[in-house]
Amino acid sequence: MLSLTIKEVSLALREGRISPTELCRRCLNRIKKTQHLNAYISVVENLALKQAQEAETRLLQGAPKGPLDGIPFAIKDNFCTENIRTTCASRMLREYTPPYTATVVQKLLDQGAVLLGKTNMDEFAMGCGSTDGAFGPVRNPWSYSATYREQKGAAPDTDWVITGGSSGGSAAAVASLTSYLALGSDTGGSTRNPGALCGVVALKPTYGLLSRHGLIPLVNSMDVPGILTRTVSDAAIVLGILQGLDIRDSTTIPAPSPLTELPEDFDVKSICVGIPKEYHAPGLSEDTLAQWSHVADMFERAGARVEQVSLPHTQYSIVCYHVLCCAEVASNMARFDGLEYGHCSKVDSSTEAMYASTRHEGFNDVVRGRILSGNYFLLKQNYQHYFVKAQRVRRLIANDFKHVFGSGVDVLLTPATLTDAARYSYFTKEDNRTRSTQEDVFTQPANMAGLPAVCVPTALSRRGLPIGLQLIGPALQDNKLLSIAQWIEQRVGFPSIGDYGDSTEIRTEREQTSTG
Amino acid sequence: MAAPQEQVIQKSLTQNTKLPLVCVFLTCHIYRRSLFYLARSVPCLAPLCFSAPQHLVGVVGLEIHAQINSNTKLFSGSPVGFSAPPNSLVSFFDASLPGTLPVLNRRCVEAAVITGLALNCTINKKSLFDRKHYFYADLPAGYQITQQRQPIAVDGMLTYSVLGGKKRSEVIKKNVLIKQIQLEQDSGKSLHDDVRTQTLIDLNRAGVGLMELVMEPDMSCGEEAAAAVRELQLILQALGTCQGNMSEGQLRVDANVSVHRPGEPLGIRTEVKNINSVRYLAKAIDYEIQRQIDVLLRGGTVQNETRAYDSKSGETIPMRDKEGLQDYRFMPEPNLPPLIVYEDSASLPTGIDACQAVVVQKIRERLPELPSVKRDRLVQMYGILPEHSFTLVNEDGLVEYFEAVLKATKREPRKVVGWLTNELLGRLKQQDVSVSQSPISPSALAELLELQETGHISSSVAKQVFQVMWRSSGKTALQIIQEQDLGLVSDTTQLHSICQKVVDSHPDEVYAIRNGNKKVLNKLMGLVQKETKGRADPVLVRAILQEKTS
Repeated sequence: MLSLTIKEVSLALREGRISPTELCRRCLNRIKKTQHLNAYISVVENLALKQAQEAETRLLQGAPKGPLDGIPFAIKDNFCTENIRTTCASRMLREYTPPYTATVVQKLLDQGAVLLGKTNMDEFAMGCGSTDGAFGPVRNPWSYSATYREQKGAAPDTDWVITGGSSGGSAAAVASLTSYLALGSDTGGSTRNPGALCGVVALKPTYGLLSRHGLIPLVNSMDVPGILTRTVSDAAIVLGILQGLDIRDSTTIPAPSPLTELPEDFDVKSICVGIPKEYHAPGLSEDTLAQWSHVADMFERAGARVEQVSLPHTQYSIVCYHVLCCAEVASNMARFDGLEYGHCSKVDSSTEAMYASTRHEGFNDVVRGRILSGNYFLLKQNYQHYFVKAQRVRRLIANDFKHVFGSGVDVLLTPATLTDAARYSYFTKEDNRTRSTQEDVFTQPANMAGLPAVCVPTALSRRGLPIGLQLIGPALQDNKLLSIAQWIEQRVGFPSIGDYGDSTEIRTEREQTSTG
Repeated sequence: MAAPQEQVIQKSLTQNTKLPLVCVFLTCHIYRRSLFYLARSVPCLAPLCFSAPQHLVGVVGLEIHAQINSNTKLFSGSPVGFSAPPNSLVSFFDASLPGTLPVLNRRCVEAAVITGLALNCTINKKSLFDRKHYFYADLPAGYQITQQRQPIAVDGMLTYSVLGGKKRSEVIKKNVLIKQIQLEQDSGKSLHDDVRTQTLIDLNRAGVGLMELVMEPDMSCGEEAAAAVRELQLILQALGTCQGNMSEGQLRVDANVSVHRPGEPLGIRTEVKNINSVRYLAKAIDYEIQRQIDVLLRGGTVQNETRAYDSKSGETIPMRDKEGLQDYRFMPEPNLPPLIVYEDSASLPTGIDACQAVVVQKIRERLPELPSVKRDRLVQMYGILPEHSFTLVNEDGLVEYFEAVLKATKREPRKVVGWLTNELLGRLKQQDVSVSQSPISPSALAELLELQETGHISSSVAKQVFQVMWRSSGKTALQIIQEQDLGLVSDTTQLHSICQKVVDSHPDEVYAIRNGNKKVLNKLMGLVQKETKGRADPVLVRAILQEKTS
């Protein structure tokens, strides 16, 4: 039951094969069983059961609110939830309980979906490993899968792999079957990267299609709520519910069309798939490259036009992203002074001293480092040289995409990550900045241009870990993008995480033995 | 949206001596603005405006923050109010709760556009918002949203008038260029409690819409600056875009003051803050100009600094070190798309709701009669003196009062103005009430004036009746005259006997008159009026006295 898709479980609920409370209980149990993944920061058990009970009443009356009624979901801990702690995985907000709920979360609640909890992440979404949060790293559920464990020398306790990030908790929640859907946020790839490494579908919609009201920002001009599900059609259902104008977010745009069901048999004969040559990046693993070629061939064999294209400014994207990101971070983080909310230092010799120690105690090194750089880039003497230049390059990058899509290309097919998930011990050998530079390389140009992009898991690597590919489409063509993604999904036969549940139990037993 | 976590916001801070003391007390007394500004500020200032001996002259530019008169704040839906309980008008956005976003208030945009039009500005069809960063306890987000790169209105001009000429009664028109008008957020208020060494924060004002008007350094003394601000005040009030009360902080004026020798580059300027009335503005600027001249004449140099005006001592004092170079780290506000206004309905792109869009042409049609136009009209229409037109327009509601009186009486407009400026305004000012609160209605005053005009009462009795009417409102002039027997004495026999008595008891005066000193007759007339308590018909009395002294 837990490994079903939203579509399937929604049907099961309507047909009475399972009740919402039973389903909720099973998910909550599963969360407990998979606690070692550290996917959740907060689990709201009582609230979830209450919501499930309400959904049950509606379903029994034959009046469900919609396809999500009674379906458990999880959200990244940077979406504000009224009366539920929202931490951003930071000491700064460790005890912060917002008085309001983010628009996208409210939309899910309004559909009768059942909130299980808030998921773990990199502090303030700054990272690509989900290793840099105040609540510890998130473990990739695939670390405990048979496919990975069967590899020679892979011991789950020491060789566990990261989820990617920063929405690692959300990706792990969907992958470990504790939740049918999870919201992440995507600024430079923070939803797609962990989606790819955890083997789930990860959608970053067109900028402005989903409201950011209530999403604690990283980079306002690039942040988009991300959708993590097990299938592409599930992602489409959720997108259909979340999209549209929100008067509380002036950057939102009306949905181009109400999203109807994706076509089951999308015809790729009429489309042109672009393969950007600049995405043959150094460090791209053989496995990933092979998958990329494989899927490109699939398109070609099916009659699609597959063309190599050029996005010449790609190479400047990551450095430019860092300048813009740090600048906005420096600005967005200025509000955390300990006065209105959040951590407040005991140092009170002066207002300035209190600010300084509040911020020192509340933020980790990564956040502080970005604030420092950002303020440097925004100094009057540096503004033109860094910020303005980066904005100009951003325009060039957006134009690259415009040019390609204007020349008849319908979609771009690229890798999502350089490699499959890295071992935690290996990943943490380099600092957050270095890793972000490496890991966001394929994902972050879509944020610069505000374009929709989706990662679909296509195969397992030689290490038995998921590999995902990314599709990037023109602005507001999220629907078509998902149709093409579903076409891939239907053909690659990505394996289920399989006997994962058993392995968890084995592990839990072993832990109990060792502690007992 | 209700006030979030009030107790948290009221969290106290330890007083930091480095914090600039920009204490704004909530209990400020509400002063009435000066009524006769134009006429009264002049004499003592003359030497500064024309400081020929030193050849050093003042140069004054102004930065004016006008609080937009709107029901809700610039980017949030919380209400705007002046003396509400602390932190009771604070939305989640105003308190900078993470994840909240600004939503632009169209009413504020329209206010800025109509103000721009009234000040002859070019309205930018596209303007942008920026973040200006600095850490201060009453700025919850750590930045202010403002319009640094591309403000809503630019390149305007304000025409104002000062009195000049030999008798300083000539109205002289002057211009000051308006560099720009930008929309921005107000900050909250910090209340420093020195006794308990804490600072209390009130965020009611945080996020209220401001128009920042930058006036070029086209003025040369306090009087000019004060007259310009007074004119601006009247314009804003006529437009309804700002209530303009300086003591309530609805209009805040900072003056950039420097001195130089004409023809030479501008001197180093200081910024004078903490000015809360038009009168103090003039005093502060003139003090500062003189101070700078004194510094230079002593061989010193003027420091680029911020100074506060102390209204008690009449001096400006250094306020805070601007910390060398304050870098505000401006950046574009990413949560607000460019602000687009449209010239007319025809230029609206399809798909844009005409009710939601800001259309300049529609706003232009709503422009009311501006003070300068109103003054010219009054002078032309009624033949009153230009300086009287200032008095009438300066006082809210007085022009309407004036015109209502004129409709109901045949008295000459000039005479009516005399009554309004001397009797009515004097009384209003004395009791600190507005024209609309006057106990004497325009029609009641008209009736009184009419009684005088038709010879029923003398002018001195009219003044007496006015005082009674003021005290016992509701009674008509006629009633009072009858009750107190104040009607004009025109019984010739009675007057003859009174006049005879006066003539008989003043032989010296009569002798003087008979010797050709006709002016002495007035003295006798006064004595007769004294006898009759001012009720004697002056025309008759004069005739009788002339007859008896000839």
